[in-house]
Amino acid sequence: MRKQTSIFQNIDWLTVSLYLVLMFIGWISIYAAVYNEEHSSILDISQNYGKQLLWIGGSLMIAIVVLIIDARFYDAFAYLIYGLMILFLIAALFLSRDVKGAHAWIEIGAFKLQPAEFAKFATALALAKYLSLLEIKIEKIQTKIISSLIVTLPAAIILLQNDTGSALVFGSFIFVLYREGLSQNVLIIGFFAALLFVIALMVDKIILLQIIAALAAVSVLLMRKTRKNIVTIMLLAVASAAVVMSVSYVYEKALQPHQKQRIDVLLGKQTDLKGAGYNVNQSLIAIGSGGISGKGFLQGTQTKFDFVPEQSTDFIFCTIGEEWGFIGSFILILLYLGLLYRILFIAERQKSAFTRVYAYGVASIIFFHVMVNIGMAIGLLPVIGIPLPFISYGGSSLWSFTILLFILIRLDSYRTFVLR
Amino acid sequence: MNPNSRIVIAGIFTVVLLIYLIRLFYVQVLNEQYKLSANNNVIRYVTDYPARGLIYDRKGELMVFNEAVYDLMVIPRQVKELDTTEFCRLADISKEEFIRRMQKAKKFSRFKSSIFEKQIPPEQYALLQEKLYKFNGFYVLPRTLRKYPTKSAAHALGYIGEVDEKLIAKDPYYQMGDYIGISGIEQSYEKELRGKRGVRIVMVDVHNREKGSFEDGKYDSVSVAGEDIMLTLDAKLQAYAETLMQNKAGGIAAIEPQTGEILAILSSPTYDPNIMVGKARNKNYALLSTDPYKSLFNRAMMAYYPPGSTFKLASALSAVNEHIVGPGTSYPHSFVVGSKSVKCHPHPPIALEGSIQYSCNPYFCNVFRSFVDNKKYGTSENGYRVWREYIMSFGVGKKIGVDMPHELPGLLPAPEFYDKIYGKGRWKASTIYSLGIGQGELGITPLQMANITAVIANRGYYYTPHIVKAISGKPNTTRNLSEKHSSKVAPESFTVVIDGMQKVVEAGTARVARFGNTVICGKTGTAQNPHGKDHSLFVGFAPRENPKIAVAVMVENSGFGATWAAPIASLMMELYLTDTITRPDLEKRIMEGDLLKDYPLPGTKIKIAPPAKRDSVWQETEQPVVLTENKKQN
Repeated sequence: MRKQTSIFQNIDWLTVSLYLVLMFIGWISIYAAVYNEEHSSILDISQNYGKQLLWIGGSLMIAIVVLIIDARFYDAFAYLIYGLMILFLIAALFLSRDVKGAHAWIEIGAFKLQPAEFAKFATALALAKYLSLLEIKIEKIQTKIISSLIVTLPAAIILLQNDTGSALVFGSFIFVLYREGLSQNVLIIGFFAALLFVIALMVDKIILLQIIAALAAVSVLLMRKTRKNIVTIMLLAVASAAVVMSVSYVYEKALQPHQKQRIDVLLGKQTDLKGAGYNVNQSLIAIGSGGISGKGFLQGTQTKFDFVPEQSTDFIFCTIGEEWGFIGSFILILLYLGLLYRILFIAERQKSAFTRVYAYGVASIIFFHVMVNIGMAIGLLPVIGIPLPFISYGGSSLWSFTILLFILIRLDSYRTFVLR
Repeated sequence: MNPNSRIVIAGIFTVVLLIYLIRLFYVQVLNEQYKLSANNNVIRYVTDYPARGLIYDRKGELMVFNEAVYDLMVIPRQVKELDTTEFCRLADISKEEFIRRMQKAKKFSRFKSSIFEKQIPPEQYALLQEKLYKFNGFYVLPRTLRKYPTKSAAHALGYIGEVDEKLIAKDPYYQMGDYIGISGIEQSYEKELRGKRGVRIVMVDVHNREKGSFEDGKYDSVSVAGEDIMLTLDAKLQAYAETLMQNKAGGIAAIEPQTGEILAILSSPTYDPNIMVGKARNKNYALLSTDPYKSLFNRAMMAYYPPGSTFKLASALSAVNEHIVGPGTSYPHSFVVGSKSVKCHPHPPIALEGSIQYSCNPYFCNVFRSFVDNKKYGTSENGYRVWREYIMSFGVGKKIGVDMPHELPGLLPAPEFYDKIYGKGRWKASTIYSLGIGQGELGITPLQMANITAVIANRGYYYTPHIVKAISGKPNTTRNLSEKHSSKVAPESFTVVIDGMQKVVEAGTARVARFGNTVICGKTGTAQNPHGKDHSLFVGFAPRENPKIAVAVMVENSGFGATWAAPIASLMMELYLTDTITRPDLEKRIMEGDLLKDYPLPGTKIKIAPPAKRDSVWQETEQPVVLTENKKQN
């Protein structure tokens, strides 16, 4: 084995560059979003953009630390890190103060940490560790159960913290399981169940049940030759009916009023522009007003006049859309797509199953965040408050994404030393 | 491992982000709906304030309308460099004031609009409007001010003001900048008058000009104007009564007996309601609230006056109904309590009818004693209790339920009150006899006096006095106005008392009140007052059959009832019934009479006198209850 001479050896510089570019875009976007003449210095640490610079500095140091640590450490201590994070999550549940109805923050002096952010990479590590064990076969029911437990445990605690958005992120691990051999039917069924859920919210229950029955009947008629198909169709029809029937229950009972409202707004059932629909509408106006080339840096009016709330955190994409227009949004989405492709490429070049699974975890988490955050800003998804990776204002989010990504970079730089 | 899974995952990532790109292309490039960029437009939420309901009198004469004014608003964040000198000239403020207001606005919010200058009159607005394009961040918001063309009925109409934080916390309907009725019917009919606020979403270009509504007004809500109200007031009668009462203090209420509709209600001194609007309101309010004559105090509904001799009517009716006295009952021409006696001026021997005509004090002290100490009630306490129930059935000693705020119940002590002072079972009619002639611990508002008169005019019942006849052209159903309140006195008991009232005007104390052929029934009163001259009172109704108007007039510190109150009531009746005035000399004397010079000014403490020992004759007693301001005017 060669002796490692530098921590920067074998590093995937393309990923690092994408990371730095995204972080820079985030910083200047936060500056643009909360810019005011009284605090016009981008380094003013009394403002969010000044603070973000501190977070960025911290991130770079964290990145270096992550790279210095021996790659085998992450493999060896994956479960320990996971266990510690679970303890943190539980602690947050009891120690935190109520912030906008969520118990998600631990305060250490002036510092506020959101353990849910850090639980993501921990879960990715634990899942990678588990699935990379030699004796593991995804086809085994036991494997499926344990894998889902690893993912759902932190998600459940985060749900208890009343932070639905962060809990949903853990759903993205389904891509990892799929890549490791889970039947594609799981993906398809999941997709159709979600689709059916949305349709059931919009269409009357009775009508929908009749449509399902009719579709089932037609399918049975067409495929009456094979008995197996008929059984499958019947099962699907019954399952669909169950989803439809459960929708009104989930919608009325399980969802909280604000979540219900957000779904109503998305479905166009409610157009309360001053209430729940306000954010989305303002966000769309801001993005739409950007046009092709945008209004230019610091020239945005919509995002600066406090029309768009949470503009430096969850709705940061508005500022980009308004000031840089379609070209800016296009470039940003391409940057994300590039990063995702690069991570998938890294994943596939690994000999180590651990690194591959972890890489898919990283890609899934980043993808989910990007999908939900931008989808919400452009009115395609209900308002779910999760940050845009590397861009949104906030220390916990930026640091946790940095750790998530740099562990992968570290593992990847070690790939030539791995035999299996 | 699925061989294709890596491609499927990459495919999903790609497809989702591709969909987003398409959506973004649609939102940012294709769709004009969000296209505000060309002019750097900004969206502005403009509150569309509803026009407050108009108020008419019973004949349709306009009494309250809205005049357009403009609030100059500022959004500090949008303010760019401007020609301060020109701006200050247009807004008519000093440069220091400009700086102060900008700082205040910035302190409130840099992004939200705040009011820079309130209620700019239309002429100034015209000048400002032309140049407004030069001043980014400033815009005007149309508002309204109340205007009162008849300049009368200030207390009844009340006034409006802007809501404060306390009110907003109490009623979530209100937002900063909203108007709310603070007194009078502006307050009691606030819900009907205020209308419904709307909001317009407009686009404003970089030159501060409105470029039309956002998405063709799809999200706008239109304001709904408040409902118009028709009052029961007769504006002409109201204004006339106010003129008669000028330079006098007191209260008047006139009611249409058959319906309970208030034809006129006023408190004097009054003020021109037009001074209580706009920028001058605070200054004028401060002036009025320190006014020694208490112009803001609504005497018609809040002042407790001893009703004096006018109260003999209710007292007589109760006794007749209980068969304690009859038309033929007579008493010795004095009322003796211990060593003291109540005496009267000389007049021929009289029975009940004559006692009213001549307003004989000993007679009514005796009637009161016959009632309260009557054996059929067992004790004097029980006798008093029955008597009190009779009086209360005329609407005394309780709130009548008029549809105006701040009505006070008046004062009619419960037996327990006297138990406390004298001890249980240790008082009887001779202890509290002055009640029988409308003195003592009695406090009645002019509105209640008018209501008693309406009960007599109706021979036994009243409808709740009210001031709003119709809302949006439909009869007022917001209050229970159709319930007939019967007094405990049966209709047949009224005849003898009404006969006496007719004699009062024809040949008794109120001959001055006669006019034309109208049969007027009335009763004068001269209530004792320790703080100055006696109060002058008159209650009456006309015509005797099928009465159209019942009036109570109270003139403070003016002497005999026949001197001031009776002529005022009579002139009002004449104007209302015949629409002409046949006695210009009388009218002139009343209008020119200045009684305020005798008014007890501050320093003279006005309060309810402590219940004195009643062993002195009534002429010498301390007289109670004159004027108490029981509620803070707000």
